[in-house]
Amino acid sequence: MSEEATRDRFGEALLQLAREDKNVVALDCDLGRSTRSFHITQADENRFLEMGISEQDMISTAAGMAHEGKIVFANTFAVFATGRCFDQIRQQLSLARLNVKVCGSSAGLTQGPDGATHQAVLDVSLMRTLPNMVVIVPADGPQTEAAVRAAYEHQGPVYLRLSRYNCKNIYKEGYAHDIYKAVELKEGQDVAIVVCGPILGHALEAADLLEKDGVSAGVINIPVIKPLDTEGVMKAAEKYPVLVVVEEHSVYGGLGSAVAETVAEMKVIDKAIVAREGIKDDFGESGTAAELLDKHELDAEGIAKKVMRNI
Amino acid sequence: MEEKQLAILEAKAKEIRFELLQMFGSGKTHHFGGSLSCVEILTALYFYKMNYSFEQKDSPTRDRFIMSKGHSVPTQYVILSMLGLFPPEELRKIKQLGAMLQGHPDINKTPGIEAPTGSLGQGLSYANGIAMAARLDGNDFNIYVVMGDGELQSGQVWEAAMTTSHYRINNIRAVIDLNGYQSQGCVQESLAIEPLEEKWRSFGWHATRVNGHDLSEICRALDETDNIDKPCIIIAETVKGKGISSIEGTFRGHNYALTEEEYKDACDELAIPNGEQE
Repeated sequence: MSEEATRDRFGEALLQLAREDKNVVALDCDLGRSTRSFHITQADENRFLEMGISEQDMISTAAGMAHEGKIVFANTFAVFATGRCFDQIRQQLSLARLNVKVCGSSAGLTQGPDGATHQAVLDVSLMRTLPNMVVIVPADGPQTEAAVRAAYEHQGPVYLRLSRYNCKNIYKEGYAHDIYKAVELKEGQDVAIVVCGPILGHALEAADLLEKDGVSAGVINIPVIKPLDTEGVMKAAEKYPVLVVVEEHSVYGGLGSAVAETVAEMKVIDKAIVAREGIKDDFGESGTAAELLDKHELDAEGIAKKVMRNI
Repeated sequence: MEEKQLAILEAKAKEIRFELLQMFGSGKTHHFGGSLSCVEILTALYFYKMNYSFEQKDSPTRDRFIMSKGHSVPTQYVILSMLGLFPPEELRKIKQLGAMLQGHPDINKTPGIEAPTGSLGQGLSYANGIAMAARLDGNDFNIYVVMGDGELQSGQVWEAAMTTSHYRINNIRAVIDLNGYQSQGCVQESLAIEPLEEKWRSFGWHATRVNGHDLSEICRALDETDNIDKPCIIIAETVKGKGISSIEGTFRGHNYALTEEEYKDACDELAIPNGEQE
């Protein structure tokens, strides 16, 4: 099974779009070679704008370009892309409904050694509160390619969460699903692991580990956190007695919250218990990606433990 | 400028001030101070300098206007209604529930509004974005930005100022409405912004200072920018609340409701004598 980071496929997909459409442009805050937005220069160096270390200026500049018909991919690390310029995103993208794709790179704990200051663990929550914002957390290369295209095709602001973590490609090339729909990758009976992002491979391995312990666990991947596939979630909540939502993000406001809110409001008695598992009201710290996933129980063994505690 | 043209512009400014007063009325809180101080600046831009009209409102090469100090958008509303972008009746419904005219500029609700502002400091960056897009498309037009003096305390303005000169965006002309007061007091005492010419020049801009209520001076300064191969800033010295003596030159009128008496007095002050009306 091949491995890659979602940021790498993002760069390739962005370049492909730029070749197809001259209105696609990319802005970056001194991280273009890391976020891979710099790839766009292979199509046209004039369509990459180095904004320097000024995220607020970047978002407002992106808004101005979008007003003139450009499809703008605004890039930097996820922690800065969502936190440092939240007000610009709120006023000039979300409220104004301008066509800018905020691309948050190196998201989550797997950012690794740089530690808590650089690890975005609140970004999905922040972006999910914004009206008109689509929030996508792709899990692997093929899903990232589909996510970038979906972001491009959506007329309006999008938050695309990307990662530097080398993860297993789960999906086949040419992602065959509707990105806005939940995908049940593995069927089970006792519990379903609901997951987004590059820890999807770990969730699938966890299901294999659980099977050895006699627990039949399904795995459901939800790449679009907003608008949530509520139908898919409700179907899962009726099928499984327990949904354990795992994400490389705070348990406040991310996928776990979105799923819990949906299930809580279901007007049926017989529905799943939802457990939110992720980063529990905490920041990350320095360490390797593997060490941090182990500490927060987001690797295969960790996810299996989380599931066992919740059934 | 010919005397006749100047007289026409001065009449426009009078009309705008009077319309502002009618729109605001008495007993309702509005951003009087900053709306009144920028009347001549916007008059010079919309009725003298800018390549903009109702017929051109969708033309890709129209000049763009960005009200970065979004709370002063009522002045722009009056002008847009004069240009026919929406019926003047809308002015009376400003800030009412469901109104086309919001408290701060909304590009989706109000025809002729080009930039979402209100939270301060974002307009110049947005103007840079318009300029970058125009450059890629090979379109040639000017982008005019009006900023407040208090707004210059916002760090993003200076990020944007760097971006403008770094990318040699020479078709941006910014005007600072230097009325001296912000919400809670005098700008220089709240957080000093001067010396402005030195600041802007060191950021790579051409800077001039004018009397912001003298239409011939503003127009001349705008015309001079035609021959300058740099981003240009015009520092327009104005009086906050200009035209309504009960609030002129104070921060009290920043966001204020006129009493009935103040309103009547203001109507007298700003009334356009018979014979001067168009």
